[in-house]
Amino acid sequence: MRINRVIRLTALAMGIVRASTAMAEDQTPVKIGAIFAVTGPAANLGAPEARTAEMLVETLNATGGLQGHKIKLIVKDSGGNPEKAVSFAKQLIEEEKVFAIIGPSTSGETMKIKNICEEAGTLLISCAAAESIVNPLAHQVFKTPQKDSDAVRRIFQQMQKMKIAKIAVTSSNTGFGKAGKEQLEKIAPEFGIAIAVSDVYEKEATDLSSVVTKIKAADVQAVVNWSIEPAQSILAKNMRQLGLTIPLFQSHGFGNIRYVKAAGAAAEGIIFPAGRLLVADVLPGAHPQKAVLQKYAREYQARFQEEASTFGGHAYDALLILAKAMETAGTDRAKLPAAVEGLKGLIGTAGVFNFSATDHNGLDIGAFEMLTVKDGKFTVLND
Amino acid sequence: MTSELLVQYLLSGITIGSVYAIVAIGFNIIYNATGIINFAQGEFVMLGGMLAISCLPFMPLLLAVICAVAATALIGALLHFCFFRWLQAPSVLRMIVITIGLSILIREAALMIWGEQVRALPHFTGNEISSIRILGAYLSPQVLWVLGTAAVIVLVLSLFFARTRVGRAMRACAANPTAATLCGINAQAMVTIAFMLSAAIGALAGCVVSPMTQTQYDSGTSLAIKGFTVAILGGLGNSTGAAVAGLLLGVTEALAVSILPVAYKDVIAISLLLIALAVRPTGLFTARAAGALKEF
Repeated sequence: MRINRVIRLTALAMGIVRASTAMAEDQTPVKIGAIFAVTGPAANLGAPEARTAEMLVETLNATGGLQGHKIKLIVKDSGGNPEKAVSFAKQLIEEEKVFAIIGPSTSGETMKIKNICEEAGTLLISCAAAESIVNPLAHQVFKTPQKDSDAVRRIFQQMQKMKIAKIAVTSSNTGFGKAGKEQLEKIAPEFGIAIAVSDVYEKEATDLSSVVTKIKAADVQAVVNWSIEPAQSILAKNMRQLGLTIPLFQSHGFGNIRYVKAAGAAAEGIIFPAGRLLVADVLPGAHPQKAVLQKYAREYQARFQEEASTFGGHAYDALLILAKAMETAGTDRAKLPAAVEGLKGLIGTAGVFNFSATDHNGLDIGAFEMLTVKDGKFTVLND
Repeated sequence: MTSELLVQYLLSGITIGSVYAIVAIGFNIIYNATGIINFAQGEFVMLGGMLAISCLPFMPLLLAVICAVAATALIGALLHFCFFRWLQAPSVLRMIVITIGLSILIREAALMIWGEQVRALPHFTGNEISSIRILGAYLSPQVLWVLGTAAVIVLVLSLFFARTRVGRAMRACAANPTAATLCGINAQAMVTIAFMLSAAIGALAGCVVSPMTQTQYDSGTSLAIKGFTVAILGGLGNSTGAAVAGLLLGVTEALAVSILPVAYKDVIAISLLLIALAVRPTGLFTARAAGALKEF
């Protein structure tokens, strides 16, 4: 008798469980993985990215989620370490079985997980800049920041205007630094610019005055620095302290006001290419990006009490692209890459995205504006 | 190379060397009192910088630095009290492993408290772009602050260890804790003082270098590695040796950059360390006979 009762109870319990899973299936949350360098040397990228992603997911969920599905964002902090990024990518794909991954923050990390995502058939929308992420093309891999080759071209165009022909290049020993250095060296001859010194420093560098001395000895007309670490500010300080007053160009990795604050008076006059987020308020009213940029910048500032940076914008764009692609692909992974490739004229924070089967970045050189630092603030460079 | 450039390389070597030296000195005090190497020393440096930056909005710079140094010294005492004092005759190795654990603990705590942002104290004199002209080359005034602080610390410490009762008692404890206790010295109290002193010096170093190197929750680690190298080169426990070795390493690195890519800088430092360990393990400035008495 007792056994009978146990069986009946078990059957009843199983029935309840089955019913409840059936109910949940209608609104299974879509799991989206995110790998960001929230801490470590690239924290100025990863932290605003993670905050932005969390903010946007909350907003989306509050308005009914994506295609009726709530989103569950799983953020992993890689600390900017490529090895950690690899294990997190595997964990997200194999254990969490995520629908897609956004991030990582840095190029070095992205290159390490590019093949993993490609082989697993999981869409990756990277927030890192290096061109090698989308060239050679991988079916599943996209990126939101502007191309570094376009950043290099914008810098060289500016140099031509300023009649600069002999420069020094410094870069950090990271994926981003290496990729930028390669592009600078490759494209310089096109613009008739000679690179007299090219030096690579540790990403944790705390003093670069010996490099600055080397640059001084080379008698160049300008310096281009390619990195995303606090060393960007240290270089600027060391240059001015050592009395080197030639123009300093930075990469689009300089787009966080914290670097300006860290460099203080030494940041004045630094020239760099960047998306228009940093100057959203001074854009002409008719600019297609103005509304999107202002909305994001205001929401971010109100929520986190700090100024929005282009990096957070990259995460915003990544989620936006994913959301738009899901409008056509739904929750079918197989259709997702083609759906992203079909997106045209999508207005993001980095620029206007026009994806295609051969262009997994979707941005052109027009996405860049040349900015400079004046009175501790970013402003558009006037020729 | 023109003489101006040579001077400039030397000055940039002195700049970074002074940072190494001041961090290295902190290692020596705990070593002198206990014979252990405190791998959380870099975290004291970071804490000093961070606490001063946090105090700065409420008080003038000098007061902020004093508060940071005092608070870090208290933290040093607290750490010793919680993690070392109750150990029954611990081995040197065990204590070293504990310091490694503490360094991770402090780093993670700093990440929770201050976040991942990079901060910096303002320059003590002038600002980010002011420089002093010396023989046609330039130097940030902050370097003089670092050098001056290092010099004062070295002077005060050598007087302290050679002349004062407490200083000599601390050295006695390091040499032989049992004999020191038999002579009526409170060995545990001496070690607590050593932790406080070492934390205070680390914090002071963290404050004066912060305008140059910037401070982040994990910036102590890389400074500690160089500081440790310099402490070994100068001879563990020898503060004057550490100061000289720091400047020597800084200048060597700077001159090497003139012909090699700057990325090889650390290779040079580590090679020097390996050579020193092989040829003269007691350090450049410590007598061999004295070195032979040490456990490490």
